[in-house]
Amino acid sequence: MSESKLKRVDLIFGEYSNTKYKVLADTLKRRNEDILEDLMESGLKGRGGAGFPTAMKWKLAADAPSDTKYVICNADEGEPGTFKDREILSRVPRKVFSGMAICGKVIGAQKGYIYLRSEYKFLLPELTRELEMFHEHIGKMGFDFPIEIKLGSGAYICGEESALFESMEGFRGEPRNKPPYPTTHGFMGKPTVINNVETFVNVVMIMRLGPVQFKLLGTTDSRGSKVFSVSGDTPIPGIYELELGMPLDRFVEEFGDGDTKAVQVGGASGFCVPRKKFKDTIIGFEGVPTGGSMMLFNSSRSMYNVLHNYLDFFEEESCGQCTPCRVGCQQLRKGIVAVKKGDKKAGYLDQLLKLSESMKITAKCGLGQSVANSFSSIVNNFKEEMIY
Amino acid sequence: MTNEHLIRDLVKKHGRSRVALLPILQGVVDANNFISDSDMVEIAKELDLSAAQVFGTATFYSFLSTEPLGKYVIRVCKTITCDMHGKKQIVQTIEEMLKVKVGETTPNKKFSLLETNCLGWCHEGPAMLINEKPFTGLTPERVHDIISEYISKS
Repeated sequence: MSESKLKRVDLIFGEYSNTKYKVLADTLKRRNEDILEDLMESGLKGRGGAGFPTAMKWKLAADAPSDTKYVICNADEGEPGTFKDREILSRVPRKVFSGMAICGKVIGAQKGYIYLRSEYKFLLPELTRELEMFHEHIGKMGFDFPIEIKLGSGAYICGEESALFESMEGFRGEPRNKPPYPTTHGFMGKPTVINNVETFVNVVMIMRLGPVQFKLLGTTDSRGSKVFSVSGDTPIPGIYELELGMPLDRFVEEFGDGDTKAVQVGGASGFCVPRKKFKDTIIGFEGVPTGGSMMLFNSSRSMYNVLHNYLDFFEEESCGQCTPCRVGCQQLRKGIVAVKKGDKKAGYLDQLLKLSESMKITAKCGLGQSVANSFSSIVNNFKEEMIY
Repeated sequence: MTNEHLIRDLVKKHGRSRVALLPILQGVVDANNFISDSDMVEIAKELDLSAAQVFGTATFYSFLSTEPLGKYVIRVCKTITCDMHGKKQIVQTIEEMLKVKVGETTPNKKFSLLETNCLGWCHEGPAMLINEKPFTGLTPERVHDIISEYISKS
């Protein structure tokens, strides 16, 4: 067992300079081009799940002509099975603030915001205290970069970047059409970099270690490490920082309970991988990407119940703005119930699969588009459980 | 403090622009646990919006109730891993103790019992919030103790 242990990494929660802001002070003295070059070289991709290259996002915002720009930290962590951002914000908030300030310097932003989900409101007093100290420190470095915390109010969709801007602007959290993208038209219509909590911490660690050392971790397509939220049927649930690019069978060997039937990678909007595919599945951008959520299910679990639970979730959290998602989520849920009850023949599942594929093409944002991920991967791999 | 005073104070703090709307609505919920129709009209007047715009924003968010809720709002996580680890027994225990069903408020207006989507405590489920405070690793016994303590609070 000890031989097969996955390599543990300690970048995110490691001690480095979390107390003294040394990395921040050093980085603020560097040229913007050099910082961007290091980020580019590191191969860092966004840690929220979508995996957009961070350096490119920053460069686009830096090049956008505007006197007013914003940096936003997306702490609206709502994907089922994900809890890493809460842990990062409560354990190493200074690294998050530092990463935001570095971004502010590089793109020329005057202000940063943290959009914190209301379910994590209990973190507010401690974060506010930390922010006060941060502002004091950064003032001494001769750099003015105020960060403000904005609270969400219980809407999963606000984790979608343009819905998050709408929410911050006082509207319903309904995603916008893209393009234009946030790097030119973000919060208040101004160029905005919005990154996941973990991404900002990664930036700080790349600044501290240099891109070469960061690149030693992971694979060509998935550089670095990742904080994983492990839950479900596992004897050791919790937060683990592991290298990207690991094969799923090794993950299950270490975290499973010996009877793992399936792993849901990337939360309700991610993919369900059945046992027979563990060996050929790589966790990373070249295989199955994840924002960190890893939920294990053992053979005592009904995958029908799992899918039903996801569809309840999507039906409630769909913003309702576009028809494919609003009606599609309802119909998928009603559909699997009807098949299970015998009101519809098993062949109806094929029609539902087609519906989910249509949603993938026609829904306006990532929520409606990604329902098909879990729907098709569960229905196709566990068809008998859907019917009998 | 009357609600008009509350809203005026919140407007003073957050301003009259549209970006102030969510913090103002949140402020009303912090004070009263819900936003009434007259609150929405009042906020609309202060921010020079239509009441429909305020209503539209308020009703979008699950933590901004437009129906009266109790002093303590219990939100039990119903998403998959909490569900797998015994959410039903937790809800049942609370229902029996408070004699309400999910979605209801006790007659003395002290407790509301709700279910909610993923709270971000999947590794320590089942989990719930009472107002903003999280409770994790719940068992029927533990939740019994927690609710008893809240019942004895004034």
